[in-house]
Amino acid sequence: MSELPNPDEFLAKIDHKPSPRGWMDTPVEIRKNIACHAAKPERLETVGFPNPREWSCYDDDWKLPENWQEIIHQGFKERLDRFRSVKVFMDICVRCGACADKCHFFIGSGDPKNMPVVRAELLRSIYRNDFTTAGKILGMFGKKFKKSIGAREMTIEVLKEWWYYLFQCTECRRCSVFCPYGIDTAEITIFGRELLNLIGLNIDWVAAPVAFCYRTGNHLGIQPHAYKDMMDFFTDEIEDVTGIRVDPHFMKEKADILFITPSGDVFADPGTFTCMGYMMLFHFLQEKYGLDITWSTYASEGGNFGFFTSHEMMKRLNAKMYAEAKRLGVKWILGGECGHMWRVVHQYMDTMNGPADFLEEPVSPITGTKFENAKSTKMVHITEFVADLIKHGKLDLDPSRNDHLKVTYHDSCNPSRGMGLLEEPRYVIKNVCNNFYEMPANTIREQTFCCGSGAGLNAGENMELRMQGALPRLNAVKYVHEKHGVNMLSCICAIDRAAFPTALEYWLPEVDNCGVHELVANALILPGEKKRTVDLRNEPLPGMEDEDAE
Amino acid sequence: MYSLIAIIVLFLLAYVGAMLPGGEVFFGIIIPYLALIVFILGFINRIIDWARSPVPFRIPTTCGQEKSLPWIKPNNIDNPTTTGGVILRMFLEVVFFRSLFRNTKMALKEGDKISYEWEKWLWLFSLAFHWTFFVVLFRHLRFFTEPVPALVELVAKLDGFLQIGLPELRISGVVLLGALIFLFLRRIYIPQMRYISLASDYFPLFLIIGIAFTGILMRYFTKVDIVGVKEFTMSLVTLKPHIIEGIGSIFYVHLFFVSVLLAYFPFSKLMHLGGIFMSPTRNMANNNRFKRHINPWNYPVKVHSYAEYEDEFREKMVDAGLRVEKQLAAKPPEEPEEKE
Repeated sequence: MSELPNPDEFLAKIDHKPSPRGWMDTPVEIRKNIACHAAKPERLETVGFPNPREWSCYDDDWKLPENWQEIIHQGFKERLDRFRSVKVFMDICVRCGACADKCHFFIGSGDPKNMPVVRAELLRSIYRNDFTTAGKILGMFGKKFKKSIGAREMTIEVLKEWWYYLFQCTECRRCSVFCPYGIDTAEITIFGRELLNLIGLNIDWVAAPVAFCYRTGNHLGIQPHAYKDMMDFFTDEIEDVTGIRVDPHFMKEKADILFITPSGDVFADPGTFTCMGYMMLFHFLQEKYGLDITWSTYASEGGNFGFFTSHEMMKRLNAKMYAEAKRLGVKWILGGECGHMWRVVHQYMDTMNGPADFLEEPVSPITGTKFENAKSTKMVHITEFVADLIKHGKLDLDPSRNDHLKVTYHDSCNPSRGMGLLEEPRYVIKNVCNNFYEMPANTIREQTFCCGSGAGLNAGENMELRMQGALPRLNAVKYVHEKHGVNMLSCICAIDRAAFPTALEYWLPEVDNCGVHELVANALILPGEKKRTVDLRNEPLPGMEDEDAE
Repeated sequence: MYSLIAIIVLFLLAYVGAMLPGGEVFFGIIIPYLALIVFILGFINRIIDWARSPVPFRIPTTCGQEKSLPWIKPNNIDNPTTTGGVILRMFLEVVFFRSLFRNTKMALKEGDKISYEWEKWLWLFSLAFHWTFFVVLFRHLRFFTEPVPALVELVAKLDGFLQIGLPELRISGVVLLGALIFLFLRRIYIPQMRYISLASDYFPLFLIIGIAFTGILMRYFTKVDIVGVKEFTMSLVTLKPHIIEGIGSIFYVHLFFVSVLLAYFPFSKLMHLGGIFMSPTRNMANNNRFKRHINPWNYPVKVHSYAEYEDEFREKMVDAGLRVEKQLAAKPPEEPEEKE
């Protein structure tokens, strides 16, 4: 952070006017604080990926396989045959420019190659050269003609440009909302990163979680005993706050429900408070309704950094969810708060690793509600589950215990644009908090802005990039902070909870960040609990400390 | 600017060419037929080519509330779960450019406020362009049908309801030209647009401007022999092509531009006409969790099984009190461990 200018200087530097020089004539300059570190060889070895080696993006020599051009060309071709999306998106863009100023990275950086259309053109230019009739015919007349239709040959400079800009996209899909053809830059980035992985070009902040997750079951590499340790620690914390000792189950056979959530929430604040929130909720449901929910250390990761690597890697990591549910013999799966996890669960899991015919169609044993919308995948989002509980009056809630908070809600990219989960979390928040304020309409729901660190970009070495990406979101938070005094930015994504604290500290230190289930747990009245004087963060509840003193 | 030069060359080619002996046959009969064949075959070929690639995953971009709990109202258009909903979403997209209607313009104000301002010009003018182009095309059916369908007559009549001048002014042609010029100027004057525009963006604009311009020229200024034109176009339609004398070079330029557009179409971005219907983010229902989507090339992958996991961590798991499937092997003499 110390290397960054102060926020005012940062803002003053942003210029959205591109240079008159064309993008093809502007060679890539890989900058510190923007680029992420290269993947270490051991990560690739763990999952059997090609070309593991020590390398750095700042070196001239990236130590590529000799025939890398051929590998990329072949990989491109294969994927054109496998994904209609890629093929169509390569062909039909008319460059109307509607997407240009919709990208948080463009808004925050002014780098014209961060306009979604240009990001895609970086790949399209090679597509036109290698795979289209027009490209081949015009190519015969020389480079200049080629350039006129936006075609160019694959060179090492182009490859570096790909790597640099494909790791400046968080696959948030906001541009796709505005595109008249629905061209999805996420799809193009996913495809491009998949190609890069064929020759061993990844970033460590993606490759390391992938390798960890494969082996230990979660991105952070938490081994089973350590996972249990952390949960024990939370159990103590909860007891301090509530006087109740919760008893989470691990890998319990024949439990009703398997719960899977991102490991980030087990690991770092403020996600840990959300994790404690889940534990309290499950304890409540067990005590009150006898519902048996189990955690697993094998399937201890909801997120899926394989998604930021390749379709195959996504499938390999995702397989654990169904495998564990089957092994334990649970009825269905409940998924925690996470962004891209839900894109994978909602749009890919059943197709990749289904059918989950060994599970039951999800029914809430407490309310009897059938989750019709999840009857094939058999995985329910926790805010769907909890909204249903609240609607049926099954939770004992005291929202005034969140009265010290003025809350706004950040729609995480993937649940909003890759699923449509908009009302459920809002319903939950409004029932557990008394002060809720929406951010401006252009920045929420399907038009929500990314936290700026998704898709594996939440590293430390690319802090300038992350602050660029977070700017539009936090600018909207700032608006409600100034207008309504909002002091808490809630969300349903573990990456958000890892990214926002840093970004808030930089852009808007007056506001804090939390998960929705931290708010739920603050309001939730556990049977037999002691009078609460502090919230889960051990911060005094206004009004309560006085009574306590008396 | 390659595109402009290309258009001027094309203009001269047809203008002069049609005056040369045999030029009328070449530009009036051979080229249009060839262009039409290229268009039809090229278009079909492109669609088939797209269709050959499967859609392995169901990846709609959802722009509204999902269907979940019965008391939460889903957005059936922007987040459709049924084929009907998808068709409606697609219809609104194709006919009214719904996504473009969302467009806003971002601006950094007072140094630190990002605003998203009203910006409907792109939507308005692109809609105007597409619709008037369609109306103009539709009106042209009167050159290719005998008797002319009543609907075509009606559209032409409505199009000229202002009744200015003689022949009466057709609004569509003028709006078409105006919208095209706006779309062109936009690419020149907005720096971001200039940055992303390629020759292949200007070329079709110039080409259609050329078509509209020559059309207007013929109708209002050179007053082309309309009866002769109709006789000629009908001869093309009935596949008994013959040249009518004295139609004039501008007509051949017009026809040539149209031919070039047709032939160029399948190899260019203009294929968005077909492509939009095949865009997986827009033509699929968001029913992922209740209706399984099949990936035709789904293949088995190497996974890290629970057994492998437990084998690696069994001891630690047992120590932490976590349940394991296989118990630890009875330990042989314990000395080595004790020493540690």
